[in-house]
Amino acid sequence: MITAGIDCGAKNTKTVILNDGEIVGRGSVPTGFDQAAAVKKSLEMALKNAGIKKDQLERIGGTGSGAKSIKQADVAVNEIKAIAAAANFFFPSAKTVADVGAEEGRAAKVDEKGNVVDFAMNEKCAAGAGAFIEAMSRALETPLEQLGPLALSSNNAIPMNAQCTIFAESEVVGLIHAKTEKKDISKAIHDSIAARIVSMIRRIGVNPDVVMMGGVAYNPGFVAALQRELGLEKVYIPDMPEYGAAVGAAAVAAKIGK
Amino acid sequence: MAEAQKPEYWRWLETNWVNPDIKWQEVQFITAGIDVGSVSSQAVIMADGKMFAYGNMRTGSDSPDSARNAIKFALEKTDMPESRIDYCIGTGYGRVNVPMADRSVTEIACHARGANFMYGSEVRTVLDVGGQDIKAIRCDDKGKVTNFLMNDKCAAGTGRGMEVFSDLLSVPIGEVGDRSFQIDSEPIAVSSTCVVYAKSEATGLLRKGLSTNEVLAAYCSAMADRIFSILQRVGIEPEFAITGGMAKNKGVINRLKKKIGLEPMKTEWDTQLAGGIGAALFGLALCQKGKGRVK
Repeated sequence: MITAGIDCGAKNTKTVILNDGEIVGRGSVPTGFDQAAAVKKSLEMALKNAGIKKDQLERIGGTGSGAKSIKQADVAVNEIKAIAAAANFFFPSAKTVADVGAEEGRAAKVDEKGNVVDFAMNEKCAAGAGAFIEAMSRALETPLEQLGPLALSSNNAIPMNAQCTIFAESEVVGLIHAKTEKKDISKAIHDSIAARIVSMIRRIGVNPDVVMMGGVAYNPGFVAALQRELGLEKVYIPDMPEYGAAVGAAAVAAKIGK
Repeated sequence: MAEAQKPEYWRWLETNWVNPDIKWQEVQFITAGIDVGSVSSQAVIMADGKMFAYGNMRTGSDSPDSARNAIKFALEKTDMPESRIDYCIGTGYGRVNVPMADRSVTEIACHARGANFMYGSEVRTVLDVGGQDIKAIRCDDKGKVTNFLMNDKCAAGTGRGMEVFSDLLSVPIGEVGDRSFQIDSEPIAVSSTCVVYAKSEATGLLRKGLSTNEVLAAYCSAMADRIFSILQRVGIEPEFAITGGMAKNKGVINRLKKKIGLEPMKTEWDTQLAGGIGAALFGLALCQKGKGRVK
C-alpha cells in the first residue's frame, strides 16, 4: 500500500511517501504565508521523488500546526499521534519520543505498538523551540549550521541566567562584550534549550529508548546537551529527523482499515 | 558603501536632576541608592530623606560600570564629591555588583519602600513593570512588603518586550502610548504570549492590512492582559500605584486601568526611581541608628 504523510509546520512543510513500510519519496518546502500552496508543492515534490502518480496513493494523512490547510488529506492525524507512530516506525523499542520544530516542542510516551500513553507540549514559549537557536545564532553572528559543532569544541559550562529568548539575546550580547569565547557561549545556548526540552519530557517521564525528531535534532551540539541533561548515553535519531511527523502521518494513514 | 545606521527606536530618554534648594554642606546624612536593573540603572542621592539628586540611564553590559556611571550622572549637576555619601545601598538585578555599595537590599523591599515615599503611606499595592520583570507587591503603611509575586522568566509584558516592538514597528518608544490610541476601533489583542511569536503575529497583522498604530494597540492590549493576570494573582487592594518604565506608557496603562477599574495614584517623581529611592531610605535608617559608614 502506498500512502503519503504531510506535515505542515510553522517553518517548513514536509511530505513523505510510504510504500509498504518503506520511505520511497520525500519533499520539503518553506511554508511561507500560503500554507495550501506549500502543501501542494511539497506533495508534488515527494511524488516526483518517489516516481509515482498522485492517483497511486491509497490515502493521505495530514498533520502539523497548519494541518487545516491540507485539503488533500483523507485523514487528519493529531501531531502527538504522528510522532508516536514515527518513533515506533523507526525504532520499535522507543518508549519516549520528543519532536522539536521551529515553533513548537512536543513529547509523547509510547507503548510497544506506537500508541500514545501520555504527552506534553510547548507551543507557548520560544525558549523550547528551534526559534531559540535561530535567535541565538543571530545574536552570536554565527551561522546556524556552525553553532552545534562550535558547542562541541567547548569544555566550559557557563550558566545562562535567562530562560526567555528575548532576555537570552541580551545576555549573549553581554557575554560577547565580556569577551567570553564564542564556543563557550554556544555550549551554554545548547545547554539552555536542552534543559527546556528535558523539563518538558520529564513531565511524561524519561523512559529509554528515547527518540528525538524534528529539525533541531540535526544539531550535534543540541543532541550532546540533550544526552547530558537526560543522563543517557544515546538518544535515537532517525535519518532526516525533520520528516518524523510526516512519516508518522503516512504510517497512521497506512494502518487505517487494518 | 556604508550601511545607513538604523535609528534606535527603543532608546528612551536618560535624565538627571538636582534639587536646587538643598545645600549638601548643611545636611546630616547623605545616602545613596543605586538600582542596577537589567535594562536601566538609577542612582538616587537623598539628603536626610529628601530628594537631592538622581540619574537615570541605560544599563551597560557590565554591572559595576553601570553603577559607577549612574552615580556619576546623578552627581553631574551637583558640586558634591562622591566621598561625601554616608551610606550607599545597591539594589536591582545587578545589586551584588555595585562596587561602592555598603550593602545590598532586594529590589522587592526597595520598590515597596520607594513607592511609600513617592505615593504616600496609603499605597497598598505596587505594580512595578521593569525592563525584564514584572513585580506585584502588597505592602503596609510603612512600605513594608506583606506579599509579592514576580515574573522574571518571560519577556511578555515587560519593558524589553515593548522595546522589541518599537524597534519592529519603527516607532520611537516614547510615542508608542499616544499612537496606540490614534485608531478608529480597538483591535483584538495579539494572542501569542511569547514575544518571539508575537513579533511574527504582528508582521502577519500588518500584512493583513492593519495600520502600525492598530498593531501597537493590539500589542499594548496584550501587554495589559499579561500584567493584569499577574496582578490578579497577588490581589489588588487600593490604593494602587505603578512604578517602573512601563508606568510612562499610556497605551498599556490606560488599557490596564480599564481592566482593574482603579485609578493609579500619581507622583511628581520619575516612576523608574522607586527602587533607588527605597534603597537610599534604607541607608538613611541605618545611619540614624548609628550603623552608617565609619569615617
